[in-house]
Amino acid sequence: MLKDQDRIFTNLYGMHDRTLAGAKARGHWDGTAGIIEKGRDWIVQTMKDSGLRGRGGAGFPTGLKWSFMPKESDGRPAYLVVNADESEPGTCKDREIMRHDPHTLIEGCLIASFAMNAHTCYIYLRGEYIREREALQAAIDEAYDQGLLGKNAAGSGWDFDIFLHHGAGAYICGEETALIESLEGKKGMPRMKPPFPAGAGLYGCPTTVNNVESIAVVPTILRRGADWFAGFGRQNNAGTKLFAISGHVNNPCVVEEAMSISFEELIEKHCGGIRGGWDNLLAVIPGGSSVPCVRGENMRDALMDFDYLRGELGSGLGTAAVIVMDKQTDIIKAIWRLSKFYKHESCGQCTPCREGTGWMMRVMDRLVKGEAELEEIDMLWDVTKQVEGHTICALGDAAAWPIQGLIKNFREEIEDRIKAQKAGRIGAMAAE
Amino acid sequence: MLRRLHSEQPDSFAFTPANQAWAEAQITKYPEGRQASAVIPLLWRAQEQEGWVSKPAIEAIADMLGMAYIRVLEVASFYFMFQLQPTGSVAHVQICGTTSCMICGAEDLIAVCQEKIAEKPHTLSADGKFTWEEVECLGACTNAPMAQIGKDYYEDLTAEGFAKLLDDLAAGQLVAPGPQNGRYAAEPKSGLTSLTEFDSGKTQYNASAQLAMDVKDGIKRIQGDEVPLLTPWIGKDGTVAGRAAEGQPPKAPEAPLPAARQAEAVKTAPSKKSDAAEPSSPEGAAAKATEESEPELLKEARGGLADDLKMLKGVGPKLEAKLNELGFYHFDQIADWTEEEIAWVDSRLQFRGRIARDGWVEQAKRLQVGDETEFAKRAKESHIYDDDE
Repeated sequence: MLKDQDRIFTNLYGMHDRTLAGAKARGHWDGTAGIIEKGRDWIVQTMKDSGLRGRGGAGFPTGLKWSFMPKESDGRPAYLVVNADESEPGTCKDREIMRHDPHTLIEGCLIASFAMNAHTCYIYLRGEYIREREALQAAIDEAYDQGLLGKNAAGSGWDFDIFLHHGAGAYICGEETALIESLEGKKGMPRMKPPFPAGAGLYGCPTTVNNVESIAVVPTILRRGADWFAGFGRQNNAGTKLFAISGHVNNPCVVEEAMSISFEELIEKHCGGIRGGWDNLLAVIPGGSSVPCVRGENMRDALMDFDYLRGELGSGLGTAAVIVMDKQTDIIKAIWRLSKFYKHESCGQCTPCREGTGWMMRVMDRLVKGEAELEEIDMLWDVTKQVEGHTICALGDAAAWPIQGLIKNFREEIEDRIKAQKAGRIGAMAAE
Repeated sequence: MLRRLHSEQPDSFAFTPANQAWAEAQITKYPEGRQASAVIPLLWRAQEQEGWVSKPAIEAIADMLGMAYIRVLEVASFYFMFQLQPTGSVAHVQICGTTSCMICGAEDLIAVCQEKIAEKPHTLSADGKFTWEEVECLGACTNAPMAQIGKDYYEDLTAEGFAKLLDDLAAGQLVAPGPQNGRYAAEPKSGLTSLTEFDSGKTQYNASAQLAMDVKDGIKRIQGDEVPLLTPWIGKDGTVAGRAAEGQPPKAPEAPLPAARQAEAVKTAPSKKSDAAEPSSPEGAAAKATEESEPELLKEARGGLADDLKMLKGVGPKLEAKLNELGFYHFDQIADWTEEEIAWVDSRLQFRGRIARDGWVEQAKRLQVGDETEFAKRAKESHIYDDDE
């Protein structure tokens, strides 16, 4: 198990001093100017060496992403935009950072912005996180007050501002180009790529969009070294990670653990086991709603990292939002609810997604009740394949995968329900 | 769900002075000319003040930010947190219904709402105090099931506890938000499994609940004076340090005036219109940017055989008749037009700029020597004008 000394988020639960003084006592804001003095190239190289992969779901190497930003300005400003629009069902990790350990994020913003030549950083919070916004703003105010932000931020010679911005309840704004559109005051509809944000993003200027957790771990990595961070987890899956475990475990919680921890260890150590014991485990969605579910029996020994979940189980780590379902769960209904979610959240820009999400939900509606024909299962599979990969952003894919996971893993469950419904109908007719 | 403006709208909307100051401060977060970025925060504050977003509020904010009304309406109807109809006077209750909460009992909470508030979402309760809706994942999944009431999250709920919570709120009592089952935040309920070091004594509430208990504005209509207005990004010298250190972003594309105001502008300036209608009057012609001159006109087609002018992209049967009427029958006539002559034809056809836009002269030059243009080829092959002949 990860030792407390190796945890980056030392006030995840907010039980300790939440002020700037408290953060400093826990080692944050220590020698920030010194880190910046080592220069842009050193910071980007160290981030690459640390093996940090983006914590927002896609797992793209953070250091590499930063290196796409132009080295010299052509007169346009550059922006860092922090994606705090945490709304993937199951995910609630960034919330804990922002309200309880905000200075990890604020310090990370300063260093990351310097590394990509940006004087301005916007943090885009989801609209529902109102108290989290107030808590984070209070921390930012305190940092300004102490000279850690603003002119000559933290004595580094770099002039730097952080602005909090918020959305108003649109999941799609978690997609980076939709987020940029929203930040410009428009509907959150994803843009075509290219141009990529590093070339033309916010206000047509070079922009990098990073997840809260990706930015918040930066200062600690730079202070303790790339090797320290790379020492956790398997090759190519480095570091520590916030896991958010919800659903049918005895003690649901958010906890920081080393990557590649086994599912069993994660659940036993921190969550008090599965409700009703391991034999009662039906299915797990290991990475937030967008990844396919996995059958319980395959999950027990699984390693919680990008490559294992994807390669061995055909699922994904996503945001490490683990939804656990026991055998009392109606798995078809649980996945139907996700279909309803995606139908609600489709922005309506691309036809396959706008029409497909509604179509898939309506078929799922009937599968929940068993009022369908067996052939419709394959038909539904085909439709998910028609939506997947045919849209501007990944929401279409995300809507297709949970259903594909359901059909792949629980086909007999769906068939049984249809047959039972049919038998019931015929039985009722025979009785008349 | 259809999202449109409510059938009954108030006559006017204005921010309270404190909210107005707050709104103006938000605009300074964005570079010059990019104030439209502030539209979501401003709409949100309007909703916090009034309980919902009305048409006058949308228009007032559009005027404040120099945006077309439709752009702000688009935003208000796209984002689901904006309530486009009146909500309960005490609170609007939002139950998270997505999978994590659903498998932990969100449906029981919805049943409580249906029983205590109204059968259907977005409907005022009999006493007008509450409305409710089921919303998508609110991002507090380890504390499922949960509800957002006003600014606050009430987490780890049970049906009984939730029913009592609604009663307490209706009676005007302050109920501490956060986990309702004795937990502090998102830690394991049975006790800490990590972070037992670094202890410095915990406050009574987690960060979210502490703010709610300090300011007591959870379900209040926000007036703007609850907390002091801070704008730390504006330095002592009145400049925003980071922005002063960087270049200007490219200008935002020009937004056209709303149609109603374009119409007003035309009404108040009738002289311009008459100029356009009478291009032959000497004053009118003199005012034009390009001088007009009359091209060579024919009384009829040479040899009685006119060219098919419809082969020009942009010319249909109607325009061909008009061109014939003016005295043009052949491609070579059109190919020879000078700029002044184009201006003369343009004002008589009343299709401003079309001749240049569709490139009639270039097309005519090719057609005159027997070349084909892509359009002419298509027009012939598919007989698009056959019906008219």
